[in-house]
Amino acid sequence: MIISVASGKGGTGKTLVAVNLALSIENNVQLLDCDVEEPNSHLFIKPEIKETKPVYVLTPKVDEKLCDFCKKCSEFCEYNAIVVVSKKIIVFSELCHNCGGCVLVCPRKAITEEKKEIGIVEKGYSKNLAFVSGRLNVGEPRPVPVINEVKKEIIQEKNVIIDSPPGTSCPVIASIHGSDFCILVTEPTPFGLYDLKLMVETVKKMGIKFGVVVNKAGIGNKEVYAYCEKEKIPILLEIPYSRKIAELYSHGIPFTTEMVEWRKRFSDLFKTVKECLGK
Amino acid sequence: MKQVVVLSGKGGTGKTTLVASFASLSKNLVVADCDVDAPDLHLLLKPEKVELKEKFTGSKLAVINEALCIKCGLCEKSCRFDAIKDVKVDSILCEGCGVCAYVCPTNAITLEEKISGYVFVSKTKYGVLSHAKLEIAESNSGKLVTLVKGNAKNLALKENKKLILVDGPPGIGCPVIASLGEVNLTLVVTEPTISGLHDLQRILSLTNFFKIPTFVLVNMYDLNPEKTEEIVNFCREVSVEVVGKIPFNPVVIESLVNGKPVVEYAPESDVSNEIRKVWYKIVDFLGLS
Repeated sequence: MIISVASGKGGTGKTLVAVNLALSIENNVQLLDCDVEEPNSHLFIKPEIKETKPVYVLTPKVDEKLCDFCKKCSEFCEYNAIVVVSKKIIVFSELCHNCGGCVLVCPRKAITEEKKEIGIVEKGYSKNLAFVSGRLNVGEPRPVPVINEVKKEIIQEKNVIIDSPPGTSCPVIASIHGSDFCILVTEPTPFGLYDLKLMVETVKKMGIKFGVVVNKAGIGNKEVYAYCEKEKIPILLEIPYSRKIAELYSHGIPFTTEMVEWRKRFSDLFKTVKECLGK
Repeated sequence: MKQVVVLSGKGGTGKTTLVASFASLSKNLVVADCDVDAPDLHLLLKPEKVELKEKFTGSKLAVINEALCIKCGLCEKSCRFDAIKDVKVDSILCEGCGVCAYVCPTNAITLEEKISGYVFVSKTKYGVLSHAKLEIAESNSGKLVTLVKGNAKNLALKENKKLILVDGPPGIGCPVIASLGEVNLTLVVTEPTISGLHDLQRILSLTNFFKIPTFVLVNMYDLNPEKTEEIVNFCREVSVEVVGKIPFNPVVIESLVNGKPVVEYAPESDVSNEIRKVWYKIVDFLGLS
């Protein structure tokens, strides 16, 4: 079973929920950090990393001796990643989506592909919690290939928890695609509500079942609750705004390890999700 | 013309709250909301009138004509995005590269342009706002950011404004890199948490990579004074100036609920005093004071 934790707005508590949920489920858990631009889960889990793998993408390499500058490749490329200027051919590897189209269309077989490292995948354990995380190299624009490599490590038999990046576009889609359930974390503020609505539309379009966790409850206003009630969206858990939780977070301590009464609330959250899925 | 972008790496550290206050302090600039995934700035700047709304067609989608398809499976085999299964295109996974259309022996596949979002130019009481909204589950936010910034620049030229203030997206990937184009100064907003520091280190390597002058601001600094100290020490090591430390104050959330920049809602608060101080430093650095 795959449960992803997402939110349109950043800083609402995705990592807080993902980490504490993973730690509160009895056993057989795998936590994946798919926020490869700014991965944070490891700071709380403190895993022992057993394996580090580079993530490569294939980018075109042109043999200028074979190339006759016919421009078929640049005409084909939808991303303007390969350009012919008179007798010169330039590859913009950061624009390349690695589709392989230019290699296919080149009539003189002048284009091959070479591997380019854009990030890493780390695998390890924290006690019996299996952990996988991705990390995009600074300066690389495309996180999706790294996210896809992290997701290849999913062990289907486990209770998989995915910590996703903020936003609603490609990195989020790649992270939550294939999930059985998506927990949307929000905060009861106008920003939280606006971005929650965007995320609700996203998971609906993707056909993923979902529910809401309200973090920092007590601040802001009641509009998030009114919206959820109107749309019949279940509120799975409320976490109050508390200076203690915020301080523990700031030190990298999952709050369920200090405030143990919360462990049951997170394991109940897991049960509720299973019930929503009829499991 | 100068451009300043507010970034954070980690989301939710207070970028939009600050940008709205800066806009209120200046009132003589063009503002661009480049968090096109989850744009929130309009909730505080409250556009009075949308002056322009345009479609953004940043990407394409493969469409299979079933009448021509012979189910040979070549498209499925050639697609590197696993976007074709049993001769059906998954519109979410398809990146519109056109490889399937190229390999199809019966020309049953075409690429169709799709609407990925909308760009807007709106009038607000603080000046013009260039913003956008990505359609649900769409990609290409980098291209859309470039478009939003292009619109902002044209408006600034037209209205003879000296400054463009950009509310940036979280992360370090394509929309962030796109938001850094032609920027004179980056203000990175962080918080004194273990994640805040970690993400700050990555965003500072990015601005250093592109050689863009950078200031750091610690928001809610008193939440964890030791972490704030760590952040300040780290910034000193990498020669980046910490231009301000904003205390935690519930008035910030109150101002948000009331839909006003905090410098207007609570002008005498400690938060507003610090925001003003930082803004004058920015204006001074850009030579606009």
